[in-house]
Amino acid sequence: MGLIVLASSAGVTLQDEGRPGWLAQGLSRGGAADPVALAEGAALLGQSTGLAVVELANVPARFRTTKTLRIALTGAPFRATLRESGEDRPLTWNTSHALPPGAELSLSPAEGGFAYLAPAGGIEAPLVLGARSAHLAAGIGRALKAEEELALGPDPGGPVDMVLEPLPRFGGGEVRVVESLQTSAFPPEQMERFRRTTFRRDARGNRMGVRLNPENGMGFEAPGGLSILSEIVQPGDIQITGDGTPYVLLCECQTTGGYPRIATVLPCDLPRVAQAPPGAALSFRFVSRAEGREAMADHARALASLRDSLRPRLRDPAAMADLLSYNLIGGVVSAHHHEDAP
Amino acid sequence: MSDWPRIAPAGVDGMVVTFAPRLSEPANRAALALRGAIEAARWPEVQETAVSLVSTYLRLDPLADPSGLEERLRRLVGARDWMAEPLPGERRLIRIPTCYDGDHAPQLDEAAEMAGLTRAQAVDALASAPLRVLTIGFAPGQPYIGELPSEWDIPRLRQLTPRVKAGALTVAIRQLVLFAVAAQTGWRQVGQTAARLFDPAAAQPFLLRPGDAVAFPPVDADRLAALMRDPSGGISIEPTAWA
Repeated sequence: MGLIVLASSAGVTLQDEGRPGWLAQGLSRGGAADPVALAEGAALLGQSTGLAVVELANVPARFRTTKTLRIALTGAPFRATLRESGEDRPLTWNTSHALPPGAELSLSPAEGGFAYLAPAGGIEAPLVLGARSAHLAAGIGRALKAEEELALGPDPGGPVDMVLEPLPRFGGGEVRVVESLQTSAFPPEQMERFRRTTFRRDARGNRMGVRLNPENGMGFEAPGGLSILSEIVQPGDIQITGDGTPYVLLCECQTTGGYPRIATVLPCDLPRVAQAPPGAALSFRFVSRAEGREAMADHARALASLRDSLRPRLRDPAAMADLLSYNLIGGVVSAHHHEDAP
Repeated sequence: MSDWPRIAPAGVDGMVVTFAPRLSEPANRAALALRGAIEAARWPEVQETAVSLVSTYLRLDPLADPSGLEERLRRLVGARDWMAEPLPGERRLIRIPTCYDGDHAPQLDEAAEMAGLTRAQAVDALASAPLRVLTIGFAPGQPYIGELPSEWDIPRLRQLTPRVKAGALTVAIRQLVLFAVAAQTGWRQVGQTAARLFDPAAAQPFLLRPGDAVAFPPVDADRLAALMRDPSGGISIEPTAWA
């Protein structure tokens, strides 16, 4: 065992890399909405990216440890508080921590997005069609429940209080896209407008997709688009539904769809869409398939080098009562000095 | 030379071979047969394949150079008359009792009117049409079924219906979709079944396969309520030679 859920809600689920390979049966891959966060958590703990973690979809949750436990906190920065012997202290994000037994960990959303709690060894749960991740849209798994005890795999061992600089993807911004099967069904003037438009992420959104509101309020329409044949869809497809609003499909999307798709987001840029908080500005830049593959290769290299970018956590100046007096009294502070493990 | 089949990229890591601009029985068979051939070829760049109504999809390793694969795919597509290929083997006839009454068919009147039929004629047409599973998609185990007579060529709704229940039978563009899970949809609901199309815990998690013949015999609301409590949903499965 190792971790007890004290408070949960519908957006708190087990996630891993999902279930590729069931497209022909209508089951999308699912898995972590932000796979980069999965890789960052694995790098911080020195373990496989295939292990199951807890995903929090812009909702709070609370946990209690039953043993000494290494964890990593990654993804959208949440407020993390550790209650230990009646004392509360904040935990830094994008960091590995050692938690003592009987401590209470509270995670609560700040700007929005998907946050991840990765325990060392991963969370043990039965494999369903090859994965542990909940796929609520498909009826696989369920949200975590209060009082539930999460069994953990063996900790591979490793340091704690390591931090990494997360790959940039929070707060919206420019997203690279390639042409989709139906891009040519949209008139050129609409494509030009699509390229120029800034979109705002709608507050509605989930693991299946997010709606994007054009800032100028003008929607898009492919002539005859309501009668096109249903065709395969993939995460990243930007679907134009009947009311003209773009909808970016995410990891838990349907596998076929009849609405025309104006473009497809590169898989390596999809976490930027998933993690954009409500109201964040997003825009789209078309690249060629060759450029897209190059971007994917760059992304794979960035993920592979995450472990090399780890550094020890420095004492947080904001957490120190008086940095100046500390320096005067304590003398030289080594740049490599870091806090004692709790 | 014909424009079809058409080979096109889909996203940065996909290819789609489309056999026709519209749904047709031969084009659906072609897509199923090509998928079978690609699976048998075991090309190293291919990570996954699937079919839609008239197309075959290949998901590729996004980091591999696709030029060799594209050439092999072009040659395979050009090597045969795929529209003349037979359906996959081991097809079955699956009867799924369906309630076409009242709240179980909230958009049946509207759909019938668009098809130029009375409600009774529409139910009769849906219950007696020779239908088969064209492809599985959207949700796990969820079939696209066809093809209905041409009067059923009615478009999807512009405004989505917020929610249909699992087992809902819906219609658009000469096809039926039977919903595997509760969902919002742009298709019109014309009936309700007790079908359980996907059960992740079962040895055979998916009830239907492309190529299966299907029928939707009418039952009244009381019978449907009883079938909802029956794990099989009243569904019968038998081997068939029908194609």
